[in-house]
Amino acid sequence: MKIAKALASATILAACTFGSASAADLVVGFSQIGSESGWRAAETTLTKQQAEQRGIDLKFADAQQKQENQIKAIRSFIAQGVNAILVAPVVATGWDEVLQEAKDAEIPVILLDRTVDSSKDLYLTAVTSDLVHEGNVAGKWLVDTTAGKPCNVVELQGTTGSSPAIDRKKGFEQALSGHDNLKIIRSQTGDFTRTKGKEVMESFLKAEDGGKNICALYAHNDDMAVGAIQAIKEAGLKPGKDILVVSIDAVPDIFQAMAAGEANATVELTPNMAGPAFDALAAYQKDGTAPPKWIQTESKLYTQADEPLKVYEEKKGLGY
Amino acid sequence: MTSFFKLYFNRLLPQLIALGLIIMAVSLVFPGFLNIEIQNGRLYGSLIDILNRGAPVVLLAIGMTIVIATKGIDLSVGAVMAICGATAAAAITSGHSVPATLLITLGVGILCGLWNGVLVAVLDIQPIIATLVLMVAGRGIAQLITEGAILTFNDPGLIFIGSGSFAGLPMPVVIWLVFGMLIAVLVRRTALGMLIEAIGVNRQASTLSGVLTPVLLNAAYVLCGLCAAIAGIIAAADIRGADANNAGLWLELDAILAVVVGGTSLLGGRFSIAASVLGAIIIQAINTGILLSGFPPEFNLIIKAAIIVFILVLQSPRVRTAFAFLVPARGARNPSERAAK
Repeated sequence: MKIAKALASATILAACTFGSASAADLVVGFSQIGSESGWRAAETTLTKQQAEQRGIDLKFADAQQKQENQIKAIRSFIAQGVNAILVAPVVATGWDEVLQEAKDAEIPVILLDRTVDSSKDLYLTAVTSDLVHEGNVAGKWLVDTTAGKPCNVVELQGTTGSSPAIDRKKGFEQALSGHDNLKIIRSQTGDFTRTKGKEVMESFLKAEDGGKNICALYAHNDDMAVGAIQAIKEAGLKPGKDILVVSIDAVPDIFQAMAAGEANATVELTPNMAGPAFDALAAYQKDGTAPPKWIQTESKLYTQADEPLKVYEEKKGLGY
Repeated sequence: MTSFFKLYFNRLLPQLIALGLIIMAVSLVFPGFLNIEIQNGRLYGSLIDILNRGAPVVLLAIGMTIVIATKGIDLSVGAVMAICGATAAAAITSGHSVPATLLITLGVGILCGLWNGVLVAVLDIQPIIATLVLMVAGRGIAQLITEGAILTFNDPGLIFIGSGSFAGLPMPVVIWLVFGMLIAVLVRRTALGMLIEAIGVNRQASTLSGVLTPVLLNAAYVLCGLCAAIAGIIAAADIRGADANNAGLWLELDAILAVVVGGTSLLGGRFSIAASVLGAIIIQAINTGILLSGFPPEFNLIIKAAIIVFILVLQSPRVRTAFAFLVPARGARNPSERAAK
C-alpha cells in the first residue's frame, strides 16, 4: 500500500515537473501595434493572461504605431531564438523580408487581428475576426427581432473608407436583403466616436419626424451607439424600446447600457486573439499539424438576456 | 451710436449673407430645418442644434481670434481640449466636487496656454512651431491621464454643463454667448483690443512705444488655453466621458477656418470676435446641413470644401472691389450731402 502511494505521488511529481518543463521551453515574442484604443489595450492584457495560463514565457514589444519598431522587435525575437512570434501588423505591406528571415530561422509567425499582403507560406496562420460576418450577425439579430414587422433602420457608419466600415456595412446589408420589411433609410458616418455618433443621431432624429419614423439603429461600433443613445434620450424617446439599438465590438460600456435596457444587442469583436493562436501553436509544436491559414474568431452575439452586468464586471478590468 | 452699429453691421455683412444663404439652401433641401419647438422645457430644433454643436469651435475661435490678431497661431487647442476633458473626467471620478473639478480643469487649460505663451513671447519661437509641440504632446498627455480608455463619469452636475439647459437654451450655448460677450466687451471697451492689434501689426514698434508686448502675448495664449479648457469640458460633459484619442481632433483647423471665414487676417492686426463666432456657426451650419441632407458620407468633405471656397472667394479683395464697383456705397453716391453733414 505504502509503495503504491509512493509510486502514485512520484508519478504526479514527475508529471508536474514534465509539465512545467515543457511550458518553460516555450518562449513566444509578441509585437503589438501600440495602445491606440481600449480594444487594443484589452487585447494586450488578454494575450498576457493567456500566455500566463499556459505557462508560456511571453516577450512583449510595443511598437507605438510604427512598422519599423515592429520589424526591429521581430529581428530581436529571432536573435533571441524564441519558439514562435505573434505579430499584430500595423500596416499590410512591407513584411516580406522580415517574415522570410523568421522562416529561415524556422520560427513560426502568427498574425493577430490583421493580415498582411505577403505570400501565405511566410506565416503559420492569421487569427482574425470576419468583419463582414460581424455585420451579418447584427443584421440577423434585427431580422429575427422584428419578425417581419416593418422597420426603418438608421445606420451610423465607421470612418468613411476604413475596412471595418465597409465590411460591417456589407455584412449588415447582406443579412437584410430579402427582408423587405427592413429598410435602411439613413446612413451617415460617425467616425467611430461618441461625439460624432451623438451629433449624427441628433440629425437623424430631426430629419425623421423627431425619431417617430425610426425603429432601429445599427452602429458600426459601440462607442457611436453610446453617443446615439444619449441623443435619443435627449429627444424624449426611449432607446432600446422606441428605437432598437444594435452595435458591434462589445466594449464594457455597452453592457451597462444593455443592463439599463437602453441598448439591445452587441456583437463581440473578441480581444482574445491569442488563445486560438496559442492553441494552433501547441498543436503545431506537438506533431507538426499545420493550422489553416486563417483562423476566424467567434463573433458572439450578446443581448439583454445574457446578464450584461456580469459581462461588464468581467470586461471592466481588461483595460478597455 | 447708430453709425457705430452701422459700421458693425457692415463689418459682419459678408458673414451674415453667407450664413443666410446656407440656411436658405438647407431649408430648401430639408423643409423642417427652420422649425423650433419647445420640448421638455427647452428649445428643440435643427437651428438650436447648430448653436449647440458649434459650441466647442465657437469657444476655440474666440481664443484663436485674439492669438491670430497678434500675428500668432495656436495649433494646440484641440490637444488642450483633450487634456482638459481628461482632467475633468479624472478629477470628478476621483471624488472632487464639481466646482473643484472646474477650477482644476480651467487651471490646467491656463497652464497649457502659459506654456505656449512662454515659448512664443519669452523664448521668441515662431508660434506655429511653438504650439505644434503641445499639439503633438498634448494628446499623449491626455492618454496618460485616461490610461488609453474612455473615462466615463455620471456626476449630474458636470453632465449638466454638456446637456443641461438654462432659460430654454442648451447650456453650451449659454456658456459661449456669455463668455464671448465678456471677452468682446473686455477687448473693445478697453484699450486692450487696440494694443493686441498693434502687436499684430508691428511687434517691435509696439514694444518701443511702451506696450507690454510679452505680457499681452502671454495673455493671448492663456486666453486661448482657457477657451480650449471650456470647450474640452463641454465636449466631455456632452458624451459623459473623456475620449483622449478623439476629443477636439482637428478642431484647431476648424477654429482657424472660423477666424478666416470671419474675415480676420492671418497676418495679424484688425480682428472681430463677433465675426469669428459667426464663422464658427457658418461651419457648423454646413456640417449640420450635410447631415440632414441625407447625402452619402463620401460627399461630406467635398461639399464642405466647396461651400468654404465659395465664401472665401466672396470675401476676397478682388471680388469685394468688383462688388463695390457694381453697387456703389450709399454715402458715396451723393458726396455733396455727406459734405453738408
